[in-house]
Amino acid sequence: MAVALTLNCAPMDGRYPNPASGAILPRAARPGAAPEKANSERNSKDMTEVNQFNALLGKIAETQDKRAFADLFEHFAPRIKSLMLRLGTDPHTADELAQETMLSVWRKSHLFDPAKAAASTWIFAIARNLRIDRFRREKRPELDPNDPALIPAAEPMADDQLEANDQAARVRECLETLPKEQRIAVQLSFVEGLSHQEIADRLDLPLGTVKSRLRLSFSKLRPMLRTES
Amino acid sequence: MIAHHPGDDLLLSYAAGSLGESWSLAIAAHLALCPVCRDAVAAAEHIGGVLLDETPAETMTAGSLEDLLTRLDEAPVETFEPVAPETAVLPEPLRGYIGGDLDNIPWKSSGGGTYQHLLSTNDLAQARLLLIPEGRPVPEHGHGGRELTLVLSGSFHDQTGSFGRGDMEDADEDLIHTPIAGRGEDCICLAVTDAPLKFTGFVPRIVQRFIKI
Ligand SMILES: [Zn+2]
Repeated sequence: MAVALTLNCAPMDGRYPNPASGAILPRAARPGAAPEKANSERNSKDMTEVNQFNALLGKIAETQDKRAFADLFEHFAPRIKSLMLRLGTDPHTADELAQETMLSVWRKSHLFDPAKAAASTWIFAIARNLRIDRFRREKRPELDPNDPALIPAAEPMADDQLEANDQAARVRECLETLPKEQRIAVQLSFVEGLSHQEIADRLDLPLGTVKSRLRLSFSKLRPMLRTES
Repeated sequence: MIAHHPGDDLLLSYAAGSLGESWSLAIAAHLALCPVCRDAVAAAEHIGGVLLDETPAETMTAGSLEDLLTRLDEAPVETFEPVAPETAVLPEPLRGYIGGDLDNIPWKSSGGGTYQHLLSTNDLAQARLLLIPEGRPVPEHGHGGRELTLVLSGSFHDQTGSFGRGDMEDADEDLIHTPIAGRGEDCICLAVTDAPLKFTGFVPRIVQRFIKI
């Protein structure tokens, strides 16, 4: 069975459907066709970088390679720290959380599955959870991937690894094409960890507007990450 | 096949880490039963990954890599040991909140033949498990805000459709509905509300004073 990827991102020329109409971009579904190679130079650079990080994580899991760990640290720790600072964390704690995240990366490296996530996505999730553990009185209940109650996906994808790497590159491209106000809402949600109400307060907008901007952004991002059978 | 899913805004906030505990509990339990939404959350986490990559690098405190390298030996690479039971009806993370599966829920009567168990979460929303005997209605109610209902066992139907295991009704404050449990099996669901449920009849209002619902 052929699995065709559906690239459903806004074109780079900046044409968008009228958000008020609630219309989602038309699906450029072309079963069997190769994904569009827009921006392919950038894409291949991203891909190389992504593959490199995946390889480093593999080395840590297999041989506890400290050199590989140091390379990964050099790239990610300063960015995790930066993210923490933007989330309002003081510099000392931001530094600590960056270190703790990298320590977790070391300890959990065998759980990294390149078929399911790009390295940066996986590391983002670890940093996010550590920050919640540190600052929030509330827990963030987590899915257990080994839960016997878990309903598995109907069909595993044909080429999982390529898929996960490709997804990250597509999200990057699509984020770049979002109208500014949608991108700001997404950023505030992810980079500043604000709730919808907090975003509405910050931007002085009605809550409904914030929700619809987030929904609209996601409706553009989400179909790109799907496989169509 | 699951037909009813939570709104994208909830999946996005869950991925971002900005969703409160009670709502996150309902979303995580739905994710266990719904591969489609698991994919969507994985997609949303890619946004986090991309934004992490795009964030300009800060300078780490001098010597922090060296410090960490010396700590690595005390923190050996974990080897993976699954601890889950062989079968389960309730998905994690719900079992963790109950301390067991379906048989371990300490039900309390909530009137009209229905039962509930309040889950202790640390946000302002209320998460509860509901048991509605087969064929029986949940008293008609509106709610002061959003309400998520995840079916864990059995089924129910209301004006908006029919809901089976794994289905999640994502209702806003405008919906006044009368869910009725399907025949053949009691309906057990997880409900999250951001305000106490308001029953619309007179008698239920009196009941409401005595039970915390
Ligand atoms: Zn779903």
